[in-house]
Amino acid sequence: MVRGTVVIEAEDLRRRFGEVVAVDGLSLEINAGEVFGLLGHNGAGKTTTIRLFNGVLPPDGGRVRVLGLDPVREGTLLRRRTGVLTEIPALDGRLTARENLAYYAALYGVPRSRVRRRVGKLLAKFGLSERADELAGNYSKGMQQRLALARALLHGPELLFLDEPTAGLDPVAAREVHALVQDLSQAEGRTVVLCTHNLLEAQRLCHRVAVLEHGRLVASGSPAELVRSLSRGLRVEIELSPEDREVVEALRGLPGILEVVKAHPGILEVKVASHLVLPEIARVVVGAGGSLFRLSPREPTLEEVYFALHGREEAG
Amino acid sequence: MNWRAIAAIARKDLRAVSRSKGVMFPLVLVPLVILGGLPALIASVTPLIPPEAMAGMERFMEKLPQALRAELSGLDVEQSLLVLALVYFLAPMYLVVPLMVASVIAADSFAGEMERKTLEALLHTPATDAELFLGKLLSAWIPALGVAAVGFLLYGFVADICTFRALGRLLFPNPLWALLVAWVAPAVAGFGLGTMVLVSARVRTFQEAYQLGGAVVLPLLLLVAGQVTGLLYLDLTVVALLGISLWVVDAALLWYGARTFRRGVLISRL
Repeated sequence: MVRGTVVIEAEDLRRRFGEVVAVDGLSLEINAGEVFGLLGHNGAGKTTTIRLFNGVLPPDGGRVRVLGLDPVREGTLLRRRTGVLTEIPALDGRLTARENLAYYAALYGVPRSRVRRRVGKLLAKFGLSERADELAGNYSKGMQQRLALARALLHGPELLFLDEPTAGLDPVAAREVHALVQDLSQAEGRTVVLCTHNLLEAQRLCHRVAVLEHGRLVASGSPAELVRSLSRGLRVEIELSPEDREVVEALRGLPGILEVVKAHPGILEVKVASHLVLPEIARVVVGAGGSLFRLSPREPTLEEVYFALHGREEAG
Repeated sequence: MNWRAIAAIARKDLRAVSRSKGVMFPLVLVPLVILGGLPALIASVTPLIPPEAMAGMERFMEKLPQALRAELSGLDVEQSLLVLALVYFLAPMYLVVPLMVASVIAADSFAGEMERKTLEALLHTPATDAELFLGKLLSAWIPALGVAAVGFLLYGFVADICTFRALGRLLFPNPLWALLVAWVAPAVAGFGLGTMVLVSARVRTFQEAYQLGGAVVLPLLLLVAGQVTGLLYLDLTVVALLGISLWVVDAALLWYGARTFRRGVLISRL
């Protein structure tokens, strides 16, 4: 697939389970070669969306094309070209790592003559060669996750669905997974759809994200675009002494200051309309008799934007 | 049909079952007890029955169906008892073996996959619903047939060894049991399998499936009771008809089971 080609095209996609609406009118496009994040709380509809995209679950309504195929009618063809890391590694603990991979290699149609080499190569790539003949049930959670990732890559899929790939992993293992996802996208040109509720992970890895809430798309774009369009103002941390009422009042009276919050003893956090107010803040603090030790502007994070969106949805 | 995928599923389920002590224990123990221990016990105990009890046996045999009495003509009471028990009364017990093997493996393969949370990854593969279903059926049906065949050899061997002195001839093989092994045992295995597919669609664990599906053994116990009370006896015609009925029931159960074994349905239960 040529980078930039539309790989997934969903229009008004809907799915419900009894009274529960899991996906509600989802429309989005995902391009070849990008890491696309599906963000949302548990139950927001991320996993159901992956199941709909991969033809495992039929939608109740709407239209979806994945890699140019209809997932409902051409699911078998589609799944030969996609790889999935499910939320739980879903490995058979009574088989060894090597047996698990060989089993899925047969299901994914990896030619018999290549299975042994392919499995060996992936076990080495994921650092599992030394324990390849141990039962997967004896593996640590991090090792199981790596093995499940290896399984998703067995047949060289063009499109990867990774459902919470770092859930439950320690920071070192999570960093390894992040590096791998970046490698898959940048070096190998694969498209990755990443479901996560880890916003730092999304900000670090994703070219674009879609925020889901109760199955509805509430915002989408690159993390930077979302931050720009949905956050109002810039947060600034001011470390000063003495931190008295007079300084706080002087800051509150300054044009361009949106909010003043006392964060910690000796530290004020203010929200300002733009960078242009920063020199004025320094002047006002010093003018009010305070000693200024630090003035640190901080861009809003995707996390703050996400919670702002969540709050808006809850209120609305 | 992708037979490579079907074979991979069947092989994997069998390999996994063979490494599970909880599943393997009944699969080994029950056939050994029924097909090795029981004929040896009956053959050893029958000569020890006191003469006054034998008189009661004669009265019991007079109530047997005419055709069966004709089969036993020329034999004394002890010989008749051995033939009755080993050839007729234990025949339904023999059928318990393929039934149980198929049920236990099917419970592990269908409900166990759900319980171990390994089903979702399988549903995301290119294997079609029919291939997944067939692979899982074969993983339970083929070993049930294998155990039934080996079990028959064991049963026949033990029974012949233990009764040859008393009877002066071999009891096994015989046409009735040949029909039982080749025609009815595979159908009985299919019955256990079909029942377990339906049960597994309604439960979440291997144990639940196994316990609920255990009721499939009841019809076989009724066959034992029917013979002991003289209401019924398994001749070639009855065995052939029993096989036909079971194959029809199997076809219905598996047709319905295949309808419930759909990706969209299964994944909604996860």
